[in-house]
Amino acid sequence: MIETFASVELPVDEILYMRKNRIEPEKENRNKRISIVTGVHGDELEGQYVAFELIRRIEEHKECLKGTIDVYPAMNPLGIDSITRGIPAFDLDMNRLFPGNEEGDMTEYIASQIIKDIAGSDVCVDIHASNIYLEEIPQIRINELHENKLLPLAKQLNVDYIWLHATSTVLESTLAYTLNSIEVPTLVVEMGVGMRITKKYCEQLVEGIFNMMHEMGIWTGEVSKVREPIVSKDGKVSFINANTSGLFVSKTEHWMNLKKGDAIGQILDPLRGKVLDEIVSPVDGILFTLREYPIVDEGSLIARILER
Amino acid sequence: MEKNTIFEIKGLYRDDFRVTGYTFGKGEKAACIMGNFRGNEFQQIYTCSLLVDRLKKLEEEGRIKEGKEILVVPSGNPYSINVAKRFWATDNTDINRMFPGYDLGETTQRIAEGIFQVIKEYEIGMQMASFYMPGTFMPHVRMMETGFEDVEMAKQFGFPYVVLRKVRPYDTTTLNYNWQIWETKAFSIYTTTTECLDKESAKQAVKSILNFMGKQGLIDYKVHDGYISQTIEDTKLLTVRVKKAGFFDCKVNVGQEVIKGELLAEVVHPYEGMVIEQIFAPEDGIVFFSHNNQPLTYANTAVFKIVRSFSES
Repeated sequence: MIETFASVELPVDEILYMRKNRIEPEKENRNKRISIVTGVHGDELEGQYVAFELIRRIEEHKECLKGTIDVYPAMNPLGIDSITRGIPAFDLDMNRLFPGNEEGDMTEYIASQIIKDIAGSDVCVDIHASNIYLEEIPQIRINELHENKLLPLAKQLNVDYIWLHATSTVLESTLAYTLNSIEVPTLVVEMGVGMRITKKYCEQLVEGIFNMMHEMGIWTGEVSKVREPIVSKDGKVSFINANTSGLFVSKTEHWMNLKKGDAIGQILDPLRGKVLDEIVSPVDGILFTLREYPIVDEGSLIARILER
Repeated sequence: MEKNTIFEIKGLYRDDFRVTGYTFGKGEKAACIMGNFRGNEFQQIYTCSLLVDRLKKLEEEGRIKEGKEILVVPSGNPYSINVAKRFWATDNTDINRMFPGYDLGETTQRIAEGIFQVIKEYEIGMQMASFYMPGTFMPHVRMMETGFEDVEMAKQFGFPYVVLRKVRPYDTTTLNYNWQIWETKAFSIYTTTTECLDKESAKQAVKSILNFMGKQGLIDYKVHDGYISQTIEDTKLLTVRVKKAGFFDCKVNVGQEVIKGELLAEVVHPYEGMVIEQIFAPEDGIVFFSHNNQPLTYANTAVFKIVRSFSES
C-alpha cells in the first residue's frame, strides 16, 4: 500500500509528498520489518531499479512474504526530479542533515520524519550509487564502530566487497549513522555509477535482499546462493588520484586483478595531442573503483585498489 | 605589500587555478584574513578587496607595526566565482567542508590543505563567512565552542554581537573549527549580505577589522570603539517561522527593534494575491536575521531570528 509519511507545501501550487510502499502478508505474523531506502542523493539512481524489481518479485509471490517490507524509493524527490545530488533550492546534502528536527526547516523536518518512520525496523538497507564520476563494484561500507553487529548482515547481501572504514565525526549526520545509533541495523550499499542504471548490479543486490529476508524468516521463497564478499579495512585500500588536470582514458576493466605496474589509464591533453601522465597500479590488488567521468582536475580520484 | 600565489593547480582549458595572498609587514605571522570559498560569496571577496586597499595605504604610511605580518587572501576559490557556481564546479564539493585538507586527496581536499598549510601559521584568523540560509544578518562575529574560543578577544571587533555556536558533526571540517584546533584564534565575520554587495556593511567590517588589529598591536589605527558587543549563543536566538509557503512580504529590517505582537511579515498566496499568513513578533527584541531579500518562502521555514530584549550577555 502506498503511504505518505510526510508532506510539505511548496511555495507555488505544489506539495512535496514523501512516500513509501508498505507490503505486508495478508494474515501472517507482521512482527519483523525490513526497510529498503534509496534516493537520498538525487543523482544516484541504481536503487530505483532495485526498488522496482524487489516490489515486482514480492508481489508475484506474495504468499512467500512473512513480514513487513517498506520500500522508500525517493528520500529526496526534488533532487531526483531535477538531477541534483543535494536538495535543490537549499543546496544541502541530505545525508548531512540527520537526525533532523521536527520543529526545524523543511529539510530538517523531512529528515526527522524519515527517521521516525524507519525507526523500529529490524534492518534497513540504504542504497546509494556512486557519484557520476566513479564506477563502484557492489559493496557495503561499514563504520568500524558497528562492525560486530553489521558485518554478519552485510555478508547476506550478495555484494562483492565489504569495506570497514574508520569512524569520522562528519559522518555522524548520515542516515545510516543515525539509524544505527537508535538500534536499527543499517547497511549502506554503494554500487554502479551516478545517473545510470547498471542492471546486473541491481539484480545482484535484489538477490541479496531476498537472501537477507530469508535469513530473517520473512521470505520463504527460493533464494540464490550468495557470493562470498572480500572484507577489508582502510589500510588495505590504495587511492590513486590524478597528478594533473586533463582527459582520463581508461586502459583496464573494472574489478580486475592488477599487478604492481599494470596500466590503469592515461591522462591526455586534447589541445596539444600529448599524453600528460601514465597511470599504473602502485600495488598488486583488485580494482574496485574506476573513474567513469573523463575530465579530471589535479587530485580527482581515478581508482581505488584493494591490496592483495 | 607583496602579492604571492599561495596555492596553484594547473587548468586543462581554463587558466591555472590560483589562490593569491597579499602580505603586509614582515615578521611574526600575526593575522590572516580569508575571503570567499564559495562562488556566491561576492560580499566576502569585496570586503577583502577594501581591506587590501586600506592596508596598502597604512603600510605606505608606516602604520603596520614592526615585526608583524598580515596576510589577506581575498579568494580561496576564484574558479567558482567566475562560473557562478556555489561549490567546486567539477564535483560540487565545498572547500569549506574539506579542512584541514589532504595533499594526496581529491581536488578540493588539496586546495584546502594547500591554503591551510599557509594560513594555519597565523596567530589570529578571520574568515569572511556566509550562512546557508538566504537572507540578511546583523553584522556579527561568530565562533564555535571548541574550548579554544576567545570570546573576550572577539568583543574587540566592536560588532554588535558575538555569536557562539555549538559544534555539530558537520562543522568539524570547516576552516573556523580547524583553525581553532591548530591553535589560531579564529573568528568568522558576517556582514549583512552574501550574494549582493552592501558597500556600507563591507566598509563597517573593514573598520572593525582594522580597529581590532589596532587593539592587538598589529597596526597603528584607532577610529572608533564600535559597539560593546553582546554575546549570544546561537541556540538562544528566538527563531520565528512561517507555517505557509508563498510570496514573502517583509515589513521590518534587520537591526530594527520590534515589540511583541508587531507585524513582521506577511505570506501572500502565489496565485490569488490574498494574505494567507501574518507573522508577528513573539517577544520584544532586535531583528538579527531576516529572510527579507527573498521573494518566496517555503512552509515551516525560519524567516526571522530575534535577539530577545534583556538577553543575558
